[in-house]
Amino acid sequence: MISGARYGGELFWSRLRAVICILAVLYLVAPLIIVLIISFSSAPFLTFPPPGFSMQWYQNLFGDPTWFGSLLTSVKILVPTAIIATAIGTAASYGLARSNFIGKPLVTGFLMAPMVVPVIIVAIGVFGVFRKVGLFGNLSGLIIAHTVLTVPYVVATVSAALTVVDQRLEQAAMTLGATPLVTFRRITLPLILPAILSGLLFAMVISFDELVVSLFISTPTVRPVTVQMWSNIRGAVDPTIAAVATIIFLFSLLALVADIIARKRTRLES
Amino acid sequence: MHGISMDKESTTIATLELRDVRKLYGATAAVDGVNLTLKRGEFLTFLGPSGSGKTTTLAMVAGLQTPTSGRIILDGQPLDPLPPYRRNIGMVFQHYALFPHMTVAKNIAFPLEMRKIDGEERKRRVAEALRLVGLPDFGDRFPNQLSGGQQQRVALARAMVFQPPLLLMDEPLGALDKKLREQMQLEILRLHRDLGMSILYVTHDQEEALVMSDRIAVFNDGRIQQIGSAEELYERPISRFVAGFLGESNMIRGKVVALDSGDCVLESRHGRLRAFNTAKLKTGDQAVVAVRPERLTITDPSIERENLVKGRVVEVIYLGQSRKYVLKTEDNAEMTVLQQAQDAEKHSINPGDEICLEWRGRESNALAAEG
Ligand SMILES: Nc1ncnc2c1ncn2[C@@H]1O[C@H](COP(=O)(O)OP(=O)(O)OP(=O)(O)O)[C@@H](O)[C@H]1O
Ligand SMILES: [Mg+2]
Repeated sequence: MISGARYGGELFWSRLRAVICILAVLYLVAPLIIVLIISFSSAPFLTFPPPGFSMQWYQNLFGDPTWFGSLLTSVKILVPTAIIATAIGTAASYGLARSNFIGKPLVTGFLMAPMVVPVIIVAIGVFGVFRKVGLFGNLSGLIIAHTVLTVPYVVATVSAALTVVDQRLEQAAMTLGATPLVTFRRITLPLILPAILSGLLFAMVISFDELVVSLFISTPTVRPVTVQMWSNIRGAVDPTIAAVATIIFLFSLLALVADIIARKRTRLES
Repeated sequence: MHGISMDKESTTIATLELRDVRKLYGATAAVDGVNLTLKRGEFLTFLGPSGSGKTTTLAMVAGLQTPTSGRIILDGQPLDPLPPYRRNIGMVFQHYALFPHMTVAKNIAFPLEMRKIDGEERKRRVAEALRLVGLPDFGDRFPNQLSGGQQQRVALARAMVFQPPLLLMDEPLGALDKKLREQMQLEILRLHRDLGMSILYVTHDQEEALVMSDRIAVFNDGRIQQIGSAEELYERPISRFVAGFLGESNMIRGKVVALDSGDCVLESRHGRLRAFNTAKLKTGDQAVVAVRPERLTITDPSIERENLVKGRVVEVIYLGQSRKYVLKTEDNAEMTVLQQAQDAEKHSINPGDEICLEWRGRESNALAAEG
């Protein structure tokens, strides 16, 4: 039967497609899963499959002052970074979206540059300048550097949201008696809030995950967790590093889920 | 009926005055020298083709656009130094512009909140506004839970709830179907009557303009071509553009050969024509005679006289209460005639018939051939 043969052919292709998809997904998540499994290993070195289960590397991470200190340093950097980057990025996006001035493309390009310029170049520049102005090896320096790196992500998400917000809503608010500041607070801000939150989460994840620039301007006393991992992996490697990686991964996952929920809620509202 | 009434009315106090208002975008003028006076409580409509500068003019009155030159004066006070939020002018946008994240009640309360009117007073006025637009039970809904017509009413309620002395409406009924449009037209008129505010209204639907307005300003190319009552504009258009834009007109070319007590006498391919000298033409000017299809009567061609045009019927259109005939004249121009059903039934007219048309000179307008 012709139709049966064709049906069989289609079935074959759809099955093949499913298999390819599954393989691709596996290829992408396998490293993550392996790291996750190793982080619970009972062996004192990186080996797979692990000989047994233990929580000792997590205990080590939170018990060891060097590891825990660096984790804390990362948090101390990422929280202010995300807040400052979100504030600056949102203000910049609004300014760029709602005004027209000579050199606007230049300003936009300047803001977005850290996203396209190779990180190593940013790192060298930051290293050179920060050593001169006393921002080397301290929290402020790391926060400033991370802010520069994360602002473009905030600008990208918030700008996208602002183009969707109908400018006539803002105009309507003004004809109804709202000053520009009140208009922003009551009309624009609530409508772009999901994007702002998304930008905030992005900034946190990127800061947490950042290695290259941090490597250049941190010292053993002020050392974010990624730099600690880097120096650790070159010495005695134990699965603590897998535990840290797992935590960074879970943090990113959480941010992603929060972002999806925020987006879904705004879709329901509009 | 024409000319005189305008002078008489200008003695009443004006709420809004535009003096030579101009708006340039780069080198092109979106609004090119608009002058008008809106009287207290008047319903004035801007009518004109797309891109003629209606919205831009409205936006300048609201303060959303800054005029390149000229002055806008509200109740004797220049508006130019005031930002939009201090002008106290209500505006209804074409696509409603309701705040999607606020309920209907919150939307309507917004202008009251901005004016620090709160508590019972605010609640009372929101409820009153909702009742006025016929949506008393819709306060808790969000805008996306309303139909187009309902959203329109909410936009109206929000623009009126703070009782602005002047209300601007930019094609407020543009997105509604015909039936809802007509219903909303009546409601806006009722509200206008009840609340007595001055209204500047924009539309490019001429029927809507005729139904609603005290006066109509016909826009073209950033200028007001003519301003006057619906009747003035329809019976005495001062230019070819207005005669053709508002309603239908037959245009017959000719040359002015004499002036005779307010009329023009013209020489044309159809012989002598006589028409009211609406455009203040002089002897020797090239002109057109504009005559409405319903002013033409079908007549006996045997006696030579003024205002007589012969033609062959090419189409007969049945319109219920009337018939429309499309004619080709000797010089191959098209003319349309409207005849009441009663008259049409006396002598049936069919395509191919040769007929002769006549009209009274005073009921047609002599206009400049250009513009
Ligand atoms: N921001 C702008 N920049 C440049 N040109 C503009 C701008 N806004 C309007 N224009 C131009 O000004 C002219 C008048 O526009 P306007 O919106 O006032 O027309 P309109 O009469 O309201 O037309 P419509 O009936 O289509 O709404 C148009 O030619 C338009 O292209
Ligand atoms: Mg418009």
